[in-house]
Amino acid sequence: MMSLFRNLFCSSLGKKYLMAGSGAVMFLFVIGHLAGNLQIFLGPEAINRYGHFLQANVELLWPVRIVLLAIIALHIWAAAKLTLENRAARPQAYAQWQPTAATYASRTMMMSGIIVAVFIVYHLLHYTVMVKAVNLTGKDFDARPEFFDAQGRHDIYKMMVTGFQQWPVSIFYLVGVGLLCFHLSHGISAMFQSLGWKKRAYGECLDCGAKWAAALIFLGYSSIPVAILSRWIQ
Amino acid sequence: MNLTLKVWRQKDARTEGRLVTYQAPNVMPDMSFLEMLDVLNEDLIAKGEEPIAFDSDCREGICGTCSMIINGLAHGGMRGTTVCQLHMRHFRDGETIVIEPWRARAFPVLKDLITDRSAFDRIIQAGGFVSVNTGGAPDANALPIGRIEADTAMDAAACIGCGACVAACKNASAMLFVAAKVSHLAALPQGQIEREQRVLGMVKAMDEAGFGNCTVTGSCEAVCPKEISLDFIARLNREYGKAILKNTFPPAGKGGD
Ligand code: HEM
Ligand code: FES
Repeated sequence: MMSLFRNLFCSSLGKKYLMAGSGAVMFLFVIGHLAGNLQIFLGPEAINRYGHFLQANVELLWPVRIVLLAIIALHIWAAAKLTLENRAARPQAYAQWQPTAATYASRTMMMSGIIVAVFIVYHLLHYTVMVKAVNLTGKDFDARPEFFDAQGRHDIYKMMVTGFQQWPVSIFYLVGVGLLCFHLSHGISAMFQSLGWKKRAYGECLDCGAKWAAALIFLGYSSIPVAILSRWIQ
Repeated sequence: MNLTLKVWRQKDARTEGRLVTYQAPNVMPDMSFLEMLDVLNEDLIAKGEEPIAFDSDCREGICGTCSMIINGLAHGGMRGTTVCQLHMRHFRDGETIVIEPWRARAFPVLKDLITDRSAFDRIIQAGGFVSVNTGGAPDANALPIGRIEADTAMDAAACIGCGACVAACKNASAMLFVAAKVSHLAALPQGQIEREQRVLGMVKAMDEAGFGNCTVTGSCEAVCPKEISLDFIARLNREYGKAILKNTFPPAGKGGD
């Protein structure tokens, strides 16, 4: 058992498994979270009921939250460690250098990841912890009775509409989600490669599928602030 | 053709190096890149200067000795080509060409364009072999090998160990080299006995040598003179995963740790 941990946490390939495994869990979460959020298009009843369902199951909510945070921490730890090793592996840079065949997304995974991390922190403060100062509306999203509906549930619908009507906030969400999807456009196929699940027969489909999946996720997430800013949802 | 060359000159491993500019007049388009450097070296020797040190041996793309970064591209960036097979007709008259050695912590520069690639030898020593009983050569058909396995092994065995994959990788990772060597033997029946120890040992030797980690950019595959595919890295990842699991949960009847 010890050797398994040593191989996972100390070897280059092991750390890539951790990176890919944690990335895979986050990827699944990102899809689930999108499905939940898109219920705003079904009106206040649907999304408020969904929100209430999550909030009410504390025994489920907190373990999931803790596991997700631990997974993000693992992903960031592995990213930092691998990146430092990569820097150390080439102490002297080339005087002239052309990246061969490498896509822009593949060369900037650390940068897109760091900006996504900042976005995640903001997003949690904005809608989960509901820190008044970061929503720029001057309102408290947890205030009773303003942000509670007739059944006494937290009015997620109203909170989202009020929140995204602030255009600087919406723009930041678009940038954050955009970079997340950029990260995923390389990350999804890299994840299969790192876990050893990529084969020649379907490798190209996988690369192409990863880009499509990332694009669809972006369309899904960005539709919400765009619909609210354009007053389609109000 | 008249060319301007900016060549990395470095006296030895401990001295700082720098790019030095040379003129190469009367270069014939049919010369190989190394022949062009040979002619330049003749001139330098005639002038009493130190010739440019670079590695080469077979000069036909099979030994993996020649190694240089030309205008930022390993082996000059032509598909499936080593520097010794690169011809001057691919350059323009009057062009300035920058020539540097492979750069990686695991490949320290010894002199000018020559690097110490013994880190690759250490990786091979850690598992890139099969143990067989010596004696009379077995009959060719005594050990049948499937077509697909044979082709896979041959594709991987095409690796000449030049190190271009490391040189072109933004992380100076040796994953493509190790992947080719591990996959080659793992595909064949002769390679089964040491299969797990091989991949564990070679990955350990790779990490200890100070190479970087793969981030799946695909640069290695693009510059590989033998066009070894990135698929082999997926295969290496699979081999390693299976090996660490087998090591921890050995099949019944076999000892683990
Ligand atoms: C929180 C900040 C984040 C940072 C700093 C970060 C950083 C990185 C880095 C450096 C890589 C390695 C690139 C490579 O090996 O090619 C990577 C890979 C990946 N990331 Fe992230 N990332 C972050 C967030 C996320 C999120 C939120 C997701 C998913 C929703 C995600 C999914 C992935 C996937 C699937 C991979 C591919 C794994 C692999 O290389 O095998 N990352 N990340
Ligand atoms: S000198 Fe042998 S491959 Fe170039």
